[in-house]
Amino acid sequence: MLRYLARKLFIYLLTFIVAVTIDWAIPRFMPGNPVDALVSRIALMPDANAALTSYFMAAFNLDQPLWQQYLNFWWALLNGDLGRSIMLFPTPVTTLIGRALPYTLGLLLPSILLSWYVGNVVGALAARRKLLDNTVLPLGYLLTATPYMWLGILLAWVLGSSLGWFPLAFGYDQSLKAEWTWKFISSLLYHWILPFASLFLVALGGWAIGMRNMIIYELESDYANYLMALGAPQRLVRKYAFRNAMLPQITGLALQLGAVVGGALVTEIVFSYPGLGWLVLSGIQNQDYFVIQGVFLFIIVGVLLANLIVDVVYVIVDPRTRVGLQGDAA
Amino acid sequence: MLAVSDLKIHYRTLAGAVKALDGVSFSVADGEIMGLAGESGCGKSTLGKALIRLEERMQYVGGQVVLDDKVLPIADDRAMNPYRFSEVSIVPQYAMSALNPTRRIGRMIDELLDARGLKGSTLRPELERRLAILGLTPDVLGMYPIELSGGMKQRVVMVLSTLLDPSLLIADEVTSALDVASQKKVAGALVEFRDRGYVKSMIVVTHDLAILAQVADSIMIMYAGKLAEKAPTRTIVEAPAHPYTRLLLGSLPEVGIRFEEQRLPGIKGRPPSLLSPPTGCRFRDRCPLAFGKCVEEPPFIEIAPGHQVACWKADAHAQG
Ligand SMILES: Nc1ncnc2c1ncn2[C@@H]1O[C@H](COP(=O)(O)OP(=O)(O)O)[C@@H](O)[C@H]1O
Ligand code: SF4
Ligand SMILES: [Mg+2]
Repeated sequence: MLRYLARKLFIYLLTFIVAVTIDWAIPRFMPGNPVDALVSRIALMPDANAALTSYFMAAFNLDQPLWQQYLNFWWALLNGDLGRSIMLFPTPVTTLIGRALPYTLGLLLPSILLSWYVGNVVGALAARRKLLDNTVLPLGYLLTATPYMWLGILLAWVLGSSLGWFPLAFGYDQSLKAEWTWKFISSLLYHWILPFASLFLVALGGWAIGMRNMIIYELESDYANYLMALGAPQRLVRKYAFRNAMLPQITGLALQLGAVVGGALVTEIVFSYPGLGWLVLSGIQNQDYFVIQGVFLFIIVGVLLANLIVDVVYVIVDPRTRVGLQGDAA
Repeated sequence: MLAVSDLKIHYRTLAGAVKALDGVSFSVADGEIMGLAGESGCGKSTLGKALIRLEERMQYVGGQVVLDDKVLPIADDRAMNPYRFSEVSIVPQYAMSALNPTRRIGRMIDELLDARGLKGSTLRPELERRLAILGLTPDVLGMYPIELSGGMKQRVVMVLSTLLDPSLLIADEVTSALDVASQKKVAGALVEFRDRGYVKSMIVVTHDLAILAQVADSIMIMYAGKLAEKAPTRTIVEAPAHPYTRLLLGSLPEVGIRFEEQRLPGIKGRPPSLLSPPTGCRFRDRCPLAFGKCVEEPPFIEIAPGHQVACWKADAHAQG
């Protein structure tokens, strides 16, 4: 088991290094120079530009050889330094991420966990009720087939724009001060509902269908048949089936994480919700490579960590992996 | 004592009803181990399942099953539940995968017993004693199924299935998936459990005639959803009366060869489809002795004490 985890860790580490390298390389090999953009933004007298440019090149360490920049990047990264933003110079990128992160996590965590839980329960119920099954199945397929952005746009259009029930943009009412008053919190919640709902609903369909199919498969399996032949009550058989059907759903959670995070980014853009997705968008619009780079790096690390956690949880809950890993299965 | 009369079970399929059991009558005495043999697809497993639990697609069409003077409500899944495990039990064909892979074996057994309203802890000593009889230590109860070999799983299932001393045990192909040494152990265990009184009577379904000769008191031969012959093991082996039985035995150059393939080398042709079985004797197409009368269905009758056959030629053969 430790060897298994060690191997997994090694793979994650390798993925991490490759991802960081790519993340470092992309903005540097893209056309355009961020410093030029910054300088032209400041737009002083023409002859000051040259001096400013060399000042900023040095400030961002862009005047050093590439290998040195690469090493610097790692060194800074390991020290938790993701550079400084260009559009909001000189705010550190980590500060911007720190500001946006609560919004993204506030969308992601509830929608991932709730859709997983509710989807599993609905799927398990559908597996035994024909009537429910006939609605859950088509609806589930429809939902999972919907791209996150579409559902977001649809909800924004119908519930936000046409009916005017929900706000269309921002994390809270911009006329309010950010403080822990009920007024502010309820405004936060009010702005949160639509982006949350569009993430939740799309993910929900997939979980429900997966669980339904898994339960039906488990109920037809040999151990279920044997238990029923020995007169075990439905309750016990279903309990086992549910538990065993849950295991693939945990792996599924790991596989889905990347997609859900991607979904959250586009959803934030649709709703101008001030999370990481929106931060990336403004980074792109302002050619702020350090912000783009920093946010992507942060997301990569987050997804890798979450995957690692799911892997460990799976080993803990499924005795087959645990026992099989000891290598003495007959 | 098990008495089955005119039992009919069909499978619902899109193409129509598969008449897998088409009027089957026989009995198994207390203490009797009855072997059940026949080509693949003749309805052996269907018979075994019908006596304990009808699967979703199996449809009860008619007939009666009486066990120890009580009529078993086989068509009523709920009413049948109290009889399962305690009166009728089964070692299924798929014993290797019959245990929940994610539960420790002992815990699964306790949960099953508790769910049946019995105390798992009070039965624990007996459970361990019986495992020991089959050469298993109590350790296995703390293990997951994946930690056991195929033969060990088979034996655990045997012990569990017979734990409540059922009157009837159905053992479906219990030796088929095992190596020769494990086959011997499992076959020996069947007899041992009968001798110790853990099980009153048994139906042992198998493809392996050598195993049957070793454990069975009587052998029943099925063909295409009907009974062909039933007799004491010696009679079946030494003086079979039904042409099908004789071909079955004759097509096995040595006892111990299995006949699990669809086609038997010694018998031309294949069994008829059970979607629309032929009238008259179902073996007619393939029978070397077929004659005019065989367009009528031969009754399953006793030609000697304990020896029943369904063949128009059986009487004549037995006499000469
Ligand atoms: N689930 C099923 N659906 C439809 N037909 C089935 C099903 N199971 C078995 N049968 C048919 O019933 C007949 C008897 O099958 P079975 O009892 O399994 O035979 P055996 O155990 O002797 O090999 C076969 O013709 C088989 O094709
Ligand atoms: S009844 Fe006729 S066809 Fe059938 S087994 Fe006897 S001889 Fe053969
Ligand atoms: Mg079978």
